[in-house]
Amino acid sequence: MDFLAPSTWAEALAAKAERPDALPVAGGTDVMVELNFDHRRPDALLDLTRVPELREWAWDDGRIRLGAGVTYARVIAELGDRLPGLAMAARTVGSPQIRNRGTVGGNLGAASPAGDSHPALLAADAVVEIASAARGTREVPVAEFFTGVKRNALAPDELIAAVLVAPPAGPQQFCKIGTRNAMVIAVSAFGFALHPDRKEVGTGVGSAAPTPRRADAAAAFLAGELEAAGLWESRAALPDGLAAEFGRRVRDAAAPIDDVRGTAAYRLHTLSVMARRAATWAWDEHRRAA
Amino acid sequence: MTSTETRNVGKIGDSPLRPDGTLKVTGEFAYSSDLWHDDMCWGVTLRSPHPHARIHSIDVSAALATPGVYAVLTHADVPGLNRVGLEHLDQPALAEDVVRYQGEPVALVAADHPETARRAAKRIVVDYEELPALTDPRRALDDDAPLVQPGGNLVRELAIRRGDPAPTAPVVVALDFEVGMQDQAFLGPESGLAVPDGEGGLDLYVATQWLHVDQQQVCRVLDLPPDRARLHLAGVGGAFGGREDLSMHVHACLLAMHTGKPVKMSYSREESFFGHVHRHPAWLRYEFGATEGGRLIYAKADILFDGGAYASSTTAVVGNGGTLGLGPYDIPSVHVDARGVYTNNPPCGAMRGFGCVQAAFAHEALMDELAERVGVDPVEIRALNGMREGDRNITGQLIDSAAPVAELIRTVRDLPLPPPPDDRPDIRDLPGGASNTTHGEGVVRGIGYAVTYKNVGFSEGFDDYSTARVRLEIVGGEPVATVHTAAAEVGQGLITVEQQICRTELGVDRVVVHPKNTMVGSGGSTSASRQTYVTGGAVKAACEAVRESVLALSARRLGVSGLRLDGDKIVSASGEVLAVLAEVLADEAVEETVEWHHRPTYPVDPETGQGDAHVQYAFSAHRAVVDVDVELGLVKVVALDTAQDVGRAINPDAVVGQIQGGSAQGMGLALMEEIVVTDGKVRNPSFTDYLIPTILDMPPMQVKVLEYADPHAPYGVRGVGEPPTISSGPAVAAAIRAATGKALRRVPVRPEHITL
Ligand SMILES: Cc1cc2nc3c(=O)[nH]c(=O)nc-3n(C[C@H](O)[C@H](O)[C@H](O)COP(=O)(O)OP(=O)(O)OC[C@H]3O[C@@H](n4cnc5c(N)ncnc54)[C@H](O)[C@@H]3O)c2cc1C
Repeated sequence: MDFLAPSTWAEALAAKAERPDALPVAGGTDVMVELNFDHRRPDALLDLTRVPELREWAWDDGRIRLGAGVTYARVIAELGDRLPGLAMAARTVGSPQIRNRGTVGGNLGAASPAGDSHPALLAADAVVEIASAARGTREVPVAEFFTGVKRNALAPDELIAAVLVAPPAGPQQFCKIGTRNAMVIAVSAFGFALHPDRKEVGTGVGSAAPTPRRADAAAAFLAGELEAAGLWESRAALPDGLAAEFGRRVRDAAAPIDDVRGTAAYRLHTLSVMARRAATWAWDEHRRAA
Repeated sequence: MTSTETRNVGKIGDSPLRPDGTLKVTGEFAYSSDLWHDDMCWGVTLRSPHPHARIHSIDVSAALATPGVYAVLTHADVPGLNRVGLEHLDQPALAEDVVRYQGEPVALVAADHPETARRAAKRIVVDYEELPALTDPRRALDDDAPLVQPGGNLVRELAIRRGDPAPTAPVVVALDFEVGMQDQAFLGPESGLAVPDGEGGLDLYVATQWLHVDQQQVCRVLDLPPDRARLHLAGVGGAFGGREDLSMHVHACLLAMHTGKPVKMSYSREESFFGHVHRHPAWLRYEFGATEGGRLIYAKADILFDGGAYASSTTAVVGNGGTLGLGPYDIPSVHVDARGVYTNNPPCGAMRGFGCVQAAFAHEALMDELAERVGVDPVEIRALNGMREGDRNITGQLIDSAAPVAELIRTVRDLPLPPPPDDRPDIRDLPGGASNTTHGEGVVRGIGYAVTYKNVGFSEGFDDYSTARVRLEIVGGEPVATVHTAAAEVGQGLITVEQQICRTELGVDRVVVHPKNTMVGSGGSTSASRQTYVTGGAVKAACEAVRESVLALSARRLGVSGLRLDGDKIVSASGEVLAVLAEVLADEAVEETVEWHHRPTYPVDPETGQGDAHVQYAFSAHRAVVDVDVELGLVKVVALDTAQDVGRAINPDAVVGQIQGGSAQGMGLALMEEIVVTDGKVRNPSFTDYLIPTILDMPPMQVKVLEYADPHAPYGVRGVGEPPTISSGPAVAAAIRAATGKALRRVPVRPEHITL
């Protein structure tokens, strides 16, 4: 097995162009598990940990540009106020060891329906910045990034450069169900964002469909109800039953399966509860912020 | 002048540091998976993918042709009897014409690299014809059930009858309960190294619970006399019963004998789930009859254990489940039927708590139901019915030492309760923790209680003993004791206990613990909470024999009789110091070997189940406090407090450690630990999906240790390791019932059992 170790982003893209079969490795917390289990034996590994550009985050034209190689531990420590939903999701990932190595770029690369950053990124309308040596960069909304179970929109010569996220105009929430209180793969997960600036609502549903997905109809319903009742301006309390109805509609957006981690029925039930609670908490925070 | 008090730290009752403690915490301890030999090759196992299938042929040619492969072996290469088993020799070391569970070993490969071996194993072509599999134990005894074993599907049936055969009572409560399959989930996977000695024999270094029984089994399969196969204990990364049966032992030896090279085998986590037996799943139907005041008049129980494809220790688990299956209660009339059956599910055998764990979930749930029915609180109903010293249990055995059931349950009740849930809690203290699923919504607190009792040591007539060799000599002018037993240290702290006993009995400061191997007599199994009692008893007896010999030697040398040993001084009857050990012993070593047996036990009557089946009982109680998010079904155990009678705490820190660990394991079964088996296939053989509690699931514990010495046991000790695993789970389940108002007749309690 060849081990390619570029030390700049340009070298990394060149290496990927030359060896499209090379498997990128960032924190390795997914890759090494697959290698150890002999589930995968790529001809080459492309080590991205020496590429300084990937480890940075910065303001970029009004958005935060989060390098693909920034770890969960740093998202929590450095970006809790600027990317609150993502930081909440990061806190639920694995254990301290995993959070010290695992990266948001790696989570997107693996594209698991249970990846914890995905619902938060979906709710925040994040964009994935993808690059190749041949074609330069392109931006793909995260909602279009997941193309199937553990499949994403990357072409063989492409790498994930960064994630672009607008700073929050309103409160964000992330909730995850697991059958123990830490170190657990999501049975279901929900990301939520209020965008009062554009009077919209963002959602993300995890572990409840072949890919992470948004609950667009539920989001449109809630935003519409808030608009109709003039609540965006008044910041009055949510009418009775609105959050619960939103929860039911989020549930309707999911298509979960029964598996060893939980039943489809339980996943649906928890989504409706999480969505109701998350929307309530976010709205309460929005009111308090006034 | 040195004072004996300060020099002799680390006697019984102290908590000296464990020699392995720092090494384990810093990651430097050498476990069996770290074994290395420069010439070694690696062995791997090919296992059956089917729960039940006929093998028509095995073609090893492609595997054998793989570069780097030294050997590929099947049952045809077994030189001795191709059978292993703890109680019944019913399991082939390598499958012959039939496989009876998914994961059954079929062939072995040795190669220069583990990956070469694994890839070669995939090239072995086994022609299987799938057979109908029996996977529901409740159907095992039906006439049309597929036969798992040629002799029928019943492993053991035990009936216990006592008192009125047709009792009636004004209050009757009943329930059905189901317990899922728990795994020992020890962190050190099965591993070891077999090294041929060039003279037709070998040395096997292995992580195990009982070297001598392994040796017997290895020799039977290899057709070797015992002195040709020497076993040595390698670093054990936890056991909990899962290392009583053989795993890779015979396989590594077969490969080593065949290749003439040292062979290492080390299972992956996934293989480990197939490489050892699990706790029996159980189906339990219970009925209590009581007075209006809640005093038990009779109890009935029907208990079914799924033994899986091979017997392992199912016979003894049925024995425990039956004889102890009604809990530590005084019950005038009793009718118990316990059965263990063969199925094509994974084999089940020993696990901490051994048959009592399953039963306790049922009798404790029913005791709460009775309490509610008659309007007595859960603590007082247990105190009211609790066994006392002088009572006879359900097999008619006299309880001839302390049985403080009422005191234990009231003690846990009286411990301080955790503060009530906060108005603005830290989410990490709530169900779901950092996963942020509640800020207090839906959270309801519940409190639950449970008590248990468990036999210590081997039962039902088994000649249970341990052997200790103790040697006393002068090294560098100082007396040094060396203690040699074959009793396995699996993490529980036996090495420290052996040292403490030697220091106490011989007054020496320095005690060397000889590596554990089969060059001394059997130490018996490190299970059944028995080693401090039985090997402790043997070490004590060997020390006493050494002391006698030293005094006899001194009497000869000094020409005086009536001597005694005080520290390292030889003291006359009048108290005068006549000599120190160093002078008397000079360059002579005194060595004694003692085989020590505990009081005999007896088989129970085949019709009535009556008899003195057990040597000692150990009692514990737990109180669990839980916060349940009743809308999401998520549970946070807020407190898990316990009281336990340990007779005498030889090493108080180790006692508390056992109680904490055992409590966590019992809580794990109540909340999350289950091997999910569907149609005979394991669906979650990994720590990704077989969940065990993390530090964020386990609350801090208040532990009350009672010390009512058992006059029949060395130093008054009572086994410690298992009771906490038995009473903690039922207390947690009871607390969840209290919070949710749901019956919850199955463990682990899954979130969907609470919400849907
Ligand atoms: C014990 C344990 C617990 C875990 N718990 C969780 C959890 O709670 N929640 C969760 O979501 N995940 C969890 N994971 C999975 C894993 O940690 C995450 O998916 C993590 O985000 C992966 O990041 P990484 O940097 O380690 O990725 P790697 O393993 O290095 O890579 C993952 C995938 O992404 C690709 N990749 C990486 N970087 C790039 C790039 N720049 N461009 C293109 N492709 C790239 C790789 O080729 C690979 O396919 C856990 C894993 C372990 C071992």
